[in-house]
Amino acid sequence: MHAIQVEDLTKVYANDTLALEKVNLTINAGDFFALLGANGAGKTTMIGIITGIVMKTKGKVHIFQYDIDRNFAEARKMIGVVPQEFNFNIFEKAQDILITQAGYFGIDRSEAIKRSEVVLKQLGLWEKRNEVSRNLSGGMKRRLMISRALVHNPKLLILDEPTAGVDVELRHGMWDYLRKLNEQGVTILLTTHYLEEVEQMCRYAAIIKNGQIIKHDKVSSLVQLLEMEAYEFTVKDMHGLDKIKKYHPSVRDANVFEVELHRNNELNDFICQVHKVGMEIIDIRPKGYRLEKLFLNIMRE
Amino acid sequence: MLSEQIIAFKTIVRREVVRFMRIWTQTLLPPVITQSLYFIIFGKFIGSRIGEVQGVSYMAFIVPGLVMMSVISSSYSNVVSSFFSSKFQRSVEELLVSSTSNWVIMAGYVIGGALRGICVGTLVFFVSILFTRPVIYHFGIIAFFMMLSALLFALAGLINGIYAQKFDDISFVPNFILTPLMYLGGVFYSIENLPVFWQNLSQYNPILYMVNGFRYGFYGFSDVDIRTSALILVFFVLSLGAFCLYLLKKGTGLKT
Repeated sequence: MHAIQVEDLTKVYANDTLALEKVNLTINAGDFFALLGANGAGKTTMIGIITGIVMKTKGKVHIFQYDIDRNFAEARKMIGVVPQEFNFNIFEKAQDILITQAGYFGIDRSEAIKRSEVVLKQLGLWEKRNEVSRNLSGGMKRRLMISRALVHNPKLLILDEPTAGVDVELRHGMWDYLRKLNEQGVTILLTTHYLEEVEQMCRYAAIIKNGQIIKHDKVSSLVQLLEMEAYEFTVKDMHGLDKIKKYHPSVRDANVFEVELHRNNELNDFICQVHKVGMEIIDIRPKGYRLEKLFLNIMRE
Repeated sequence: MLSEQIIAFKTIVRREVVRFMRIWTQTLLPPVITQSLYFIIFGKFIGSRIGEVQGVSYMAFIVPGLVMMSVISSSYSNVVSSFFSSKFQRSVEELLVSSTSNWVIMAGYVIGGALRGICVGTLVFFVSILFTRPVIYHFGIIAFFMMLSALLFALAGLINGIYAQKFDDISFVPNFILTPLMYLGGVFYSIENLPVFWQNLSQYNPILYMVNGFRYGFYGFSDVDIRTSALILVFFVLSLGAFCLYLLKKGTGLKT
């Protein structure tokens, strides 16, 4: 089953800006999907249309087979959304925000109180349930938005740059939580600027540029598109580095250098060369962020 | 499902009521104090020199008008300020992404605002008992005009909130349109005492019909036909309700 099916989606804003142009996109139920693109590419517009914040100009959107226009209530109940910016009432208490949100989805107050307790505990906010939301730290606010998005048990969770401005520890904690959710069957669509996040978590990704989807594939297949791959070599000492200059190594540390090599067996040749010049290899590590490289290449095209 | 929409409706109303009760020193107390000052100044100090109007003391004459003024301004300001602040904080998106229908959003805000108007109006009425003994000619008519006027101005407040882009926009209508209409709507005088030109001009002020219909419920007299007043009120409530739904469906001021 498709979690999201977008057909010929077009959005022209009042100032005649064409934000999306006949976009077609399908995301299967259970996917962990990334929507990538530069600022202004159309990611937030697409998410806005799917979630009901932005009016579409043309096209159709189905959420778990529910048309967002004809079966609007059913479609909305499937979606939980975590927007880019904090958008809760800053004067309300954390738990009240969740109870109210559940009420908007037609969940009875007594049931909403139970669900809010479960979600707040899962996200480590139970102790802060009676805290007015404006007094929460940035990371807590971010978790509160995730809790709010989950309080009605959606089958699809949409996160618009959920880890922007979040410290490393919290970011990793959020990744773990999202992975668990996905394992439980929740389809996840996220936009992010941290491509490391995509490589580590997402199975599929689409790249959007100037309002059009220009690449849509498995993350593993997308990184295969790169002809070059970066490696980090740790060596005993750097004597002999001059003799392998033609590979353009860049020194990172007293014993570490980085080099970009062609995917077609160039690694073997390079290792032979390194041995030949008398350098002793201690460790070889492929560099991450391959997707970042691909993304930059595509954006420059 | 209807039951889910009813829960959503109750959630919005509850949130609105909790909000205005939590900040009662800003929402309930000031209009009561203001209207009490009107009772003292216009009713006691000046009213004692005016004598009777249409067979009742001036103090008793102004009670329905002052109660209606509080109902109108409180209903209006509750919805416009609550809705605009949720737009300003973007917390309105909580509603927009939910399965709540447009008519439930409208009904929730409007009933929440109307409840504040009715609360304030009732408090002002009780304060008036300290100054005079207003009689009740027909409770049903009083309730009808109070509720429909509260609904009407809550709807007007919601429309203002939908269009408002900045805080100045939510004070423009109350200051420059609503207040003059209320003061010229026969709260402090009977239009019978006005020159013909002003009498005719007053006929175009919808608040005149509300104040007079409401006053009829207390004393059984009115400057205008009571049925016309009721019809005008119903017409405006239905028209603004339909317009409000149209704006919400279109996403005016809320969706890009």
